[in-house]
Amino acid sequence: MSHLRRGHPLWYAYVLHRVSGLLLALFLPVHFWVLSRALTAPQDLDAFLSFTDYTPVKIAEWGLVFLLSVHFFGGMRLLVLELTPWQPWQKGWAAAAVACSFFLSTTFFLQAI
Amino acid sequence: MEMRLYLLQRISAIVMAPLVLGHIAVMIYAVQDGLTAEEILGRTQGSVLWALFYGTFVVAVAIHAAIGLRTILHEWFGVRGVALNGFAGATCFGLLAMGLNAVAAVTVTP
Amino acid sequence: MSTPDSMQVSVWRGGPDGGRFQSFDVPRYESQTVLDVVAWIQQEADPTLSYRFACRVGMCGSCAMMVNGVPRWTCRTHVQKVLDANRMEIAPLRNLPIIKDLAANMDPFFEKWVQAGGVFEGTETRTDGYAPIVHEDADRANADAGIECINCSICYAACDTVTGNPEFLGPAALNRAWTLINDAKDGSRDRVLDAVSSKGGCHACHSMGNCQQYCPNGLNPLTAIAGLKRATARRALRGR
Repeated sequence: MSHLRRGHPLWYAYVLHRVSGLLLALFLPVHFWVLSRALTAPQDLDAFLSFTDYTPVKIAEWGLVFLLSVHFFGGMRLLVLELTPWQPWQKGWAAAAVACSFFLSTTFFLQAI
Repeated sequence: MEMRLYLLQRISAIVMAPLVLGHIAVMIYAVQDGLTAEEILGRTQGSVLWALFYGTFVVAVAIHAAIGLRTILHEWFGVRGVALNGFAGATCFGLLAMGLNAVAAVTVTP
Repeated sequence: MSTPDSMQVSVWRGGPDGGRFQSFDVPRYESQTVLDVVAWIQQEADPTLSYRFACRVGMCGSCAMMVNGVPRWTCRTHVQKVLDANRMEIAPLRNLPIIKDLAANMDPFFEKWVQAGGVFEGTETRTDGYAPIVHEDADRANADAGIECINCSICYAACDTVTGNPEFLGPAALNRAWTLINDAKDGSRDRVLDAVSSKGGCHACHSMGNCQQYCPNGLNPLTAIAGLKRATARRALRGR
């Protein structure tokens, strides 16, 4: 009957963590099924993998890696928040620092190869 | 029960932390110059190391995802009691079965 | 630009079985609080409006309501701060059953306060000396950070986990439990840890932080609950 104004960083982090987890959990069975084709029907696996040459699929792949990274960093933030008596400002900086370094190192890697 | 689920969730997360980083690194490496079954299987078949790596990953993620989905079902869809725990158990078992099958598929030498 | 003469205020009217928003044209004054607005409506426009207040100076928490989707102490909320295009929406606190109009039923909130182990259990008698309290002690600092709670229920109203999980004890009750665990005078540490390890206990918190975002006293139940998680986990891993 009444709404709640929710737009603050911690709440976004919570929603992002939950939604990324949900999407990853829904993706997993598909992922496992595709890989299981390797032994019984390797040509099926190859046919499926050839899809990955298409750009929309590459974008979807990037999306999945993004979801995994987001869920991973969100989870690390939660573990730090729960396991250490750090102050909020320390946690914010720690999270930002790790996320930035990961972004930079990954970009470097992709460029270098 | 809540204490146990909480600990399982946190411990499976900690176990997966290095495995996730490893998996992302593998993906970045593997995706270059296209993906083929031959290329992937050439790396993984017959490898005990990959079997252990991904085997551990599957066990941890089956537990972690089942508990996570259980929370979402309860808080966003109001599922409770036997239905809730039954679903969680089935999810864990299903992911475990499918996941270990996939690990076997890519690591067992044909 | 001069202040317009009146504003449009949308007030939730109804009971436990539902209701609707009713619109009022309320005159604007300088230095007007939302509580002033509610009082004006009841006194001048519609005497059937039900609402709660007591101290009207921001120390009792009775006047807490949802104002434009934010749980606030209405006596400490200036109209000019929340007016949006000359309109305002006032509703009873979320996550609590409604008695009538803007008055929510606080029973579940206080029941959970007790359920979380919030009752103090002393260890000494009147013949013993005073307990020395050292404010610099880490434990005492943890307790001090949480004892200013006036049970206004704003954090409880703001929490989405409370909405989704009716058994969740809520930020205030768990914050209270944390202050007791850190209180050297309280002798029931194990009982409190048991209480917050139950269904709906501290482990149900997902750290979304609405509680600390909206607490008018600047308390941080989020950190308190994290402390409870640490304390219960340590105890469980030690095999107790």
